[in-house]
Amino acid sequence: MTQSIPVTNLDGDFKTRARHALDDAQLRNNFRTAMDGLMHKREQAFSDPQEREDLRDLGNRIRARALSQLPDLLDQLEQRLTANGVRVHWAETTEEANEIVHRLIEAQEGRQVVKGKSMVSEEMELNDYLAERDIECLESDLGEYTVQLDHEKPSHIIMPAIHKNARQVARLFQEKLGGELSDDIHELVGTGRQILRQKFMEADVGVSGVNFAVAETGTLVLVENEGNGRMSTTVPPVHIAVTGIEKVVANLRDVVPLLSLLTRSALGQPITTYINMISGPRKDDERDGPREVHLVLLDNGRSRAFADAQLRQTLNCIRCGACMNHCPVYTRVGGHTYGEVYPGPIGKILTPHLVGLDRVPDHPSASSLCGACGDVCPVKIPIPELLQRLREENVRHPEDSEAAVAGAGSRYSNREQLIWRGWQWLNTHPRIYRLFLWGVTRLRRLQPARLRPWTDYRSAPTPAARSLHEQARNHMRSKS
Amino acid sequence: MSARDGIMRRLRAGLEGSQPRPDEFDATLVTRTWRYDSTEARVERLTRLLEAVHTEVHRTTQGDWPQRLYEQLRTRGIPNLLFAPETPHGSQLSKAWEVNGSEIHLTPWDGPIEEWKETLFNDVSASLTGSVGGIAATGTLAIWPDRHEPRLMSLVPPLHIALLKASTIADNLYDLMQTQDWASGMPTNLLLVSGPSKTADIEQVLAYGAHGPKELITLILEDA
Ligand code: SF4
Repeated sequence: MTQSIPVTNLDGDFKTRARHALDDAQLRNNFRTAMDGLMHKREQAFSDPQEREDLRDLGNRIRARALSQLPDLLDQLEQRLTANGVRVHWAETTEEANEIVHRLIEAQEGRQVVKGKSMVSEEMELNDYLAERDIECLESDLGEYTVQLDHEKPSHIIMPAIHKNARQVARLFQEKLGGELSDDIHELVGTGRQILRQKFMEADVGVSGVNFAVAETGTLVLVENEGNGRMSTTVPPVHIAVTGIEKVVANLRDVVPLLSLLTRSALGQPITTYINMISGPRKDDERDGPREVHLVLLDNGRSRAFADAQLRQTLNCIRCGACMNHCPVYTRVGGHTYGEVYPGPIGKILTPHLVGLDRVPDHPSASSLCGACGDVCPVKIPIPELLQRLREENVRHPEDSEAAVAGAGSRYSNREQLIWRGWQWLNTHPRIYRLFLWGVTRLRRLQPARLRPWTDYRSAPTPAARSLHEQARNHMRSKS
Repeated sequence: MSARDGIMRRLRAGLEGSQPRPDEFDATLVTRTWRYDSTEARVERLTRLLEAVHTEVHRTTQGDWPQRLYEQLRTRGIPNLLFAPETPHGSQLSKAWEVNGSEIHLTPWDGPIEEWKETLFNDVSASLTGSVGGIAATGTLAIWPDRHEPRLMSLVPPLHIALLKASTIADNLYDLMQTQDWASGMPTNLLLVSGPSKTADIEQVLAYGAHGPKELITLILEDA
């Protein structure tokens, strides 16, 4: 067994990290097993294909409708939440969002924060931001807690510690928390439970994400199995929810199909253990619940993606993770290879909008375009189509003012442009094209055996002895 | 310009010239697969699904449940039970147990959470709450906390017992929220609970008792 390499800490680009991950037998085994399991569970949860397809269609319509009136819905959401006693904050950047959260914690003189699972807070790198300001921000989802203990980043959006097996978690717990070494999973869960329940009790502030924000009622819907989300949003005196501006849906009934799609696509469960619907802080006569609830709405590049009708579909995402579970690339290279918060197919289409395409220029092409992601996406995001679009954005002229994505054009190359222009010219000049074909077929033996990087993994293509055109002509001639 | 204005301006610019999409919500798509023709069928389905996620389900009646509950707690050796005396089921319970000379201590929720957090987390062994309905399709209880039955009653104690009236079990979530008209007045916190807390974060192996209850017992009142 090769020793596991903490892929997160590797420098270098996508390809370097991918190579390391591919060499890590343990890591590959962990991902393969997990993804096979998740795919199987999803398939079983959608036993009726017609029902599944109808529901996906409905899910897509609901998300598209919400986005088609996004500013109005955000307005309505803000009004309703405010009327319910929830304070709404807006942040253009992750820096602004961090400042808002920090200010709210400072107002409580808070030192301890517990956090339910939230991908947006990962985007913000909130834990590090708060740690630098002497505030402990503890992940309370068991997977996230494990990853945080090891100073890693999540490798999957639903199963953050999926890259580790029980033995690895056991060793980590023993090293960081002391006690006996046990790779009994139930004991490990028990250890986490004991530590975290104490933390819930002590925490000054709870932070969480949001799965759906309902404009009609001013409700934040949180989906989870562990109960850590409920703990984080109910026990501490202050609850701060952070989410992206795209998470809003028009009304409560819209949540019904989305919930079903989410839990079945993500985990193959008909529903999760808890659906936690928060519509306000503790009322005067109530005896628990936070006294203050805040919602931080983060943009971080989303409104720019929104401006382009095709790329806008990225914002349909309900973060189920099915696309990564079914991705042949993700399963082999693992989540950390992507080097960013969101891995897998959703990461490839979303990350460029968050951090700029020039920071992740390999993302759009780290795909075989097999189409599995688009086929399973519960809200029917045409992921392969969006990947192709991003490939085009990648090779735009850097000064092209039409660029829809920040950091477009980093893969623009004069040489490539020249080759394509030559190719175009050749194909639009029939005589010369025919001459070219004649030459290529007659001189085919001169084709070099090595054409890198193509021939690193494949044999060199040898042109046929006669072109298709020529063969067809001969065929027709012999017939007449 | 404030962050809000900047974001809104860009979003509105992005939508220029376009119309909001029509609302084509088709309720049959979330209901027709999830139809059961009688209360008995709903109870059966809900029971089967809850049992599949490690939940004990007992069928009992409006008159009998306090006794059934007592037996369950005694066999588990539970020393105390958190309950809400101001609720109808809470007062029924305390009366019934008093008559029978209960050895299980009944604990009421004692003031605001800040004042007794430690006791709640460390000393309470079990809790009893009501529910406003059930969902047959997914094996789910809908819990509507209020000032009498605070939010954490169904979360912190290691054993949670929920009462469920058979007549309040809906076929599916859509039906439940429509018949009870949730949208017209949501409580500060509304919960759908489907089993005791669980995790599969380590190697996808299912383990119960993650952060919330390790055990959930549902008492279905068949005549209510
Ligand atoms: S892109 Fe689709 S499949 Fe992937 S996480 Fe989002 S909703 Fe799920």
